[in-house]
Amino acid sequence: MQPGKGRLMITFDAVHKRFPNGTTAVHDLTLEMPEGGITVLVGSSGCGKTTTLRMINRMVDPTSGTIRLGGKDILEQDAAELRRGIGYVIQQAGLFPHRTVLDNIATVPLLLGWGRGKARARAAELLETVGLTADAGKRYPHQLSGGQQQRVGVARALAADPPVLLMDEPFGAVDPVVRTQLQDELLRLQKELNKTIAFVTHDIDEAVRLGDRIAVFRTGGHLVQYAAPAELLARPADPFVADFLGAERELKLLSLTTLAEVPQQRATTVREGEPVPGAGPASSTGSASGTGHHLVISARGEPLGWPSPDGTLLPVRPLRDTDTLLAAVNESIASPTGLVARVDAEGVLTGVTPRETIHEYAGRRHQEAARPDRAPASSRTGADEGTDTDTNADTNADTNAGADEGTAAGADGGTGAGTVTAKDGSV
Amino acid sequence: MYELFRNLGAWLVAGENWSGSDGIGHRLAEHLQYSLLATLIAAAIALPLGLLIGHTGRGAFVAINLSSFGRALPTVGLVVLVFLASGLSMTPVYVALVALAVPSIVTNTYAGMTAVDPEVKDAARGQGMRGHQVLLQVELPLALPLIMTGLRLALIQVVATATIAAYVSFGGLGRYVFDGLAQRDLVQVMGGAVLVAVVAVALDLALSGLQRFLFRHRAA
Repeated sequence: MQPGKGRLMITFDAVHKRFPNGTTAVHDLTLEMPEGGITVLVGSSGCGKTTTLRMINRMVDPTSGTIRLGGKDILEQDAAELRRGIGYVIQQAGLFPHRTVLDNIATVPLLLGWGRGKARARAAELLETVGLTADAGKRYPHQLSGGQQQRVGVARALAADPPVLLMDEPFGAVDPVVRTQLQDELLRLQKELNKTIAFVTHDIDEAVRLGDRIAVFRTGGHLVQYAAPAELLARPADPFVADFLGAERELKLLSLTTLAEVPQQRATTVREGEPVPGAGPASSTGSASGTGHHLVISARGEPLGWPSPDGTLLPVRPLRDTDTLLAAVNESIASPTGLVARVDAEGVLTGVTPRETIHEYAGRRHQEAARPDRAPASSRTGADEGTDTDTNADTNADTNAGADEGTAAGADGGTGAGTVTAKDGSV
Repeated sequence: MYELFRNLGAWLVAGENWSGSDGIGHRLAEHLQYSLLATLIAAAIALPLGLLIGHTGRGAFVAINLSSFGRALPTVGLVVLVFLASGLSMTPVYVALVALAVPSIVTNTYAGMTAVDPEVKDAARGQGMRGHQVLLQVELPLALPLIMTGLRLALIQVVATATIAAYVSFGGLGRYVFDGLAQRDLVQVMGGAVLVAVVAVALDLALSGLQRFLFRHRAA
């Protein structure tokens, strides 16, 4: 999946939207979303991100400027037909309360004239895709939980297999635990389906988690920065973006990198029930490590805990290669020995990494990301220069798309695919 | 007083009062015929109006003020007025009954339409439904419980008021009321009144039962 290499799917060219009451929702927006991958539009309320999204399927028409979908001007297309070709998911799901879940999902296929049988069969298939049971299909929306309703909303948007999905704060109304689940599901689905997704949220963590590219909007409909998450976090274009990203943006950056590259050493272990050395010979997987700490493991090799002097076990939270560097930093602080236990996919111990190594990698990661590759961050908002600075905003989008594949979202080395022309990008 | 109620009871159950062209059975049928026809005509006028106002959001003041207008309308006065203009026919009766029924149907239809969640309408448009598809597939079905309530209220009002058909010498259960008054037969007056009340209450119960059955899947 290389969104950077794809054709341009959605382009905004000098788009302006002023509502009849005089407020400007979107100000002179020029933005390109390449085919494939998730573009997140983020900003506080009233920044024009939702209006921008809704202009793509003509729920709102621009006052001036051109929006193209797959190269074609959307204003030249019939609005209803255009919308049938674009999946649309909104907050609270917006399901039809008088129709069963199955019929809700079948909406667009029925509008396209598929016939009831074929539309229902497709809907049943999608129930499974979004992780719902066939039984849920016969129910009515109000009989489902908020999270399940959102899944139905996603299924309905996918029903006619549109290449483009628009998602307007789809997970805004569910609790944090369910939200994380739904985000994981979306990433899983996206890996399978590789749609071009435009996703609106006001939650920067959600944006960093899901986005291949992030467009930050400021009140008044100004696009301030358009970049891959790693670049955004490492090099915010201006104080507004930095402020929006929050004080922990360096830590957030670590959530984009996995542990895969971080080396591990052999662990000194003791089987459950056996005496901890010092008192006797340990069943060690290797004495070369010299960490000086013993890790108690089960018969299967799963880490159970660190022995304490009083004989109890202190908790260990083992990490896999797919876990983030942020989780490792966290565990390195929590671990009583300063060692982070590493396990394979089955949860069997593979080794340990000391705190120092993790911190070294975390620091290196930050240095890499912060290193300007072409244009220095300061010239990124070029309003006072009177030129449209065309920066390679989308760097390495292909690598960070697969954060759970163990690759780092490097800010360098990518080709500038998603580009932004921020005519009025400075504060 | 007790005597009166005993006579009323006897009147209601007397077999000869129920048969023939002047019997309760026939008058009841007439009464229902007037009521249903008037309500149907009213619905044919009021439903499209209420749906249009609700869908477009234009002319909302009509829908809102119509109900108070309907309440203020003197039904008997209207009958007499149309009677003077059109002469002896059922027309004045139907005009008055329809005028009585239209406001509650328009108002309730409009209320039902405005109660549809804007998010749901937005989603319907966003999935690619055209205006008429949003109206027929989403707004109308969702407004239906309130629309049916409007129809039910209209029908009950019409049933209770259809006695005026007898005022201009036609049939229906009002016959007993007006004949009884003319003959100073209090039992007959009360018999007619009780029958009208029973029909109204029975229809109300039957229709609300039907509504509950039809919309059993809806969220509270």
